[in-house]
Amino acid sequence: MIEVQGLGKQFTLHNQGGAVIPVLEGAAFSVAPGECVALTGKSGAGKSTVMRILYGNYLAQAGSVMIGDIDLTRAEPREVLALRRETLGYVSQFLRVVPRVPTLEVVAEPLLALGAEEQVAFGRAQTLLSRLRIPETLWSLSPTTFSGGEQQRVNIARGFAHAYPALLLDEPTASLDAQNRETVLTLIEEAKAGGAAIVGIFHDLEARNRVADREVDVSAFTPRAAA
Amino acid sequence: MTPLLDVQSLTKSYGGRIGCADVSFRLYPGEVLGIVGESGSGKSTLLNCLAGHLAPDAGEIIFDTRAEGPRDVLQMSEPERRMLGRTDWAFVHQNPRDGLRMRISAGGNVGERLMAVGARHYGEIREAATDWLNRVEISGDRIDDRPAAFSGGMQQRLQIARNLVTGPRLVFMDEPTGGLDVSVQARLLDLIRGLVRRMGLSAIVVTHDLAVVRLLADRLMVMKGGHVIETGLTDQVLDDPQAPYTQLLVSSVLQV
Repeated sequence: MIEVQGLGKQFTLHNQGGAVIPVLEGAAFSVAPGECVALTGKSGAGKSTVMRILYGNYLAQAGSVMIGDIDLTRAEPREVLALRRETLGYVSQFLRVVPRVPTLEVVAEPLLALGAEEQVAFGRAQTLLSRLRIPETLWSLSPTTFSGGEQQRVNIARGFAHAYPALLLDEPTASLDAQNRETVLTLIEEAKAGGAAIVGIFHDLEARNRVADREVDVSAFTPRAAA
Repeated sequence: MTPLLDVQSLTKSYGGRIGCADVSFRLYPGEVLGIVGESGSGKSTLLNCLAGHLAPDAGEIIFDTRAEGPRDVLQMSEPERRMLGRTDWAFVHQNPRDGLRMRISAGGNVGERLMAVGARHYGEIREAATDWLNRVEISGDRIDDRPAAFSGGMQQRLQIARNLVTGPRLVFMDEPTGGLDVSVQARLLDLIRGLVRRMGLSAIVVTHDLAVVRLLADRLMVMKGGHVIETGLTDQVLDDPQAPYTQLLVSSVLQV
């Protein structure tokens, strides 16, 4: 489902003397449907960079990223938009929403964008918010005022609203209590059982050992000159 | 898929000075394109050329019309272009005073655009106007008030209602949230996003506010000195800017 080959990335900082910082070289791995691959490596090794290239936020200078049969590194913006709507989900560490939009709508939005019936989309959102223990009294409020942990759970609910065939998870269990962590791990297991190909960053070792089938050490892709 | 708007090598100069030069892009149905750049970068010139307010010196603007498919707007007759401006196109000005008639009622402002496309039944026009005032969150009992009695945020929402009542397919917006305080901005952004999704609109939004484009636009075009210097997905351009000027622009934003 996800196939990364010969991926290379460098940052050119034009306003800081044109400094060129190579961060990734020859990165290659693949993820099959129903499989979860954990990216590992110490802080700064490039885990988040790989994630962002996989989502199309960062441009790669070399190599290819196949999501299904589309090469993300060469796709037109509207192809990437369609891919993100239908195929490729991303749970980031931060919730970014339009202020004033109620939580229920934030969570249902990915389904509404796909043209789902409002009833179906809101029903799914309610189920997820209940499972993630967001009190019903908060559903009609904007999540911008919520606590860090609550925002993280809203973000996860949103990321799991649609059953994406490819899913990227950036520290999904960070800042969660034991019960909610358990729910998130169950959600991940359900997505895997449903055939999703998952790439995750988990600093939580126990969580990683439970849901990840394999590990890919990103340090192997760090360019030698920079190491 | 046929692009809704296909712009090729659009150029406009003011005497010897460049307004915008050699701008090409395609906009597909349902997409929101953000155009960012500092004052004088040519973004408003470009928007005004696209919307037919300014005559470009060279280039093509192919619009996928309902009746006849793709046609070059610049080759159309003036009446055809005016009709387009009243039906399939809408223009939301930065200053609501430029887009509204300040001396006629709120309901009249919305109804006028309907009458321009042939509506004559008073009851139906008033009903449509009331419906649209509700959609932009203006209470129905203000329908007979003049826009001059409205706050800036309400005027801007009224201007949006006036523009969208005819069900356009393409909306041009020039700094739609400029000059409004942040809480009103948030409300307006939420409203615009909801309308774009529900009506399947395409929009071109000119702004210098990067936070606005991050929330509204699918794609981004960065302009400097009349030239397009970078294009791409909004979050890609903002998270991993390639051109020196875009890097400067993104790193200059104050964090809240």
